[in-house]
Amino acid sequence: MKNIVIPAEEDIRKSLESRHTKYVQDRLAKAKVAVCGLGGLGSSIAIALARCGVGELHLIDFDRVDLSNINRQQYALCELGIEKPAAMEAEIRRFSPYIIIKQDFVKITEENVYELLKDDIYICEAFDAPEEKAMLTNAVLEKFPEKYLVGASGMAGYETGNTIQTRKITSHYYLCGDGVSEIKENAGLMAPRVMICGAHQANTIIKLIIGDEKR
Amino acid sequence: MIRINGEIINEESIELMEYLNNNGYCISRIAVECNEKIVPKSEYESFVLHSGDVVEIVSFVGGG
Repeated sequence: MKNIVIPAEEDIRKSLESRHTKYVQDRLAKAKVAVCGLGGLGSSIAIALARCGVGELHLIDFDRVDLSNINRQQYALCELGIEKPAAMEAEIRRFSPYIIIKQDFVKITEENVYELLKDDIYICEAFDAPEEKAMLTNAVLEKFPEKYLVGASGMAGYETGNTIQTRKITSHYYLCGDGVSEIKENAGLMAPRVMICGAHQANTIIKLIIGDEKR
Repeated sequence: MIRINGEIINEESIELMEYLNNNGYCISRIAVECNEKIVPKSEYESFVLHSGDVVEIVSFVGGG
């Protein structure tokens, strides 16, 4: 591979502004988003937000990259065995060298959720197990009613992606997914529907950060 | 009437826990919002839904 000169921060910012407008970019650059779980959903969410120019990401996961993740998660084979927050930061730095990233290699529990998330305004629930999704959702909505939470439920299999939607549950809680498709034999988690759902979550975060398009 | 997940129920009041049990909800996999506010798990046993309440019960399935 040839040697590449990494563009200056100012040039990357101008490029983003030329794509998104300065109004949009100013808002994205100031935003801070926590991604809880860096599996199929979380890795896609983090990459989408970083590509958009979100200023700060808080990447949280307790797991390491495994070969069984590669079918749907945004990691490379050379990252097998690496802590997911570290591997995700490395992936993001390849296209967004100046973003601020905070890593936490830890399992989120009811006990540590307050300390972990108290400084983040926008929070993505991108867990795998339904009990963990419920725990984080209840904890965030109880402890942080002023924050915004975007979660997911139902994205396994390969039936039409058109059933994956974003629902506004309350003014501060959105839920993406089809609500029903859990992992079954012959219909496990596959990249396309997981990425559709993660993209719904990232898009909802972007919309919450910027506000309505028609302003 | 009480509105639960968009469905109208013609009752003056319902005990939340009784409704969850009768409708097969798994307590460890749900979140309940009543009038835009989360109902803490610790209050499920004593929480009563009243006429006019708008309730969302989010039930999570695995995958992510």
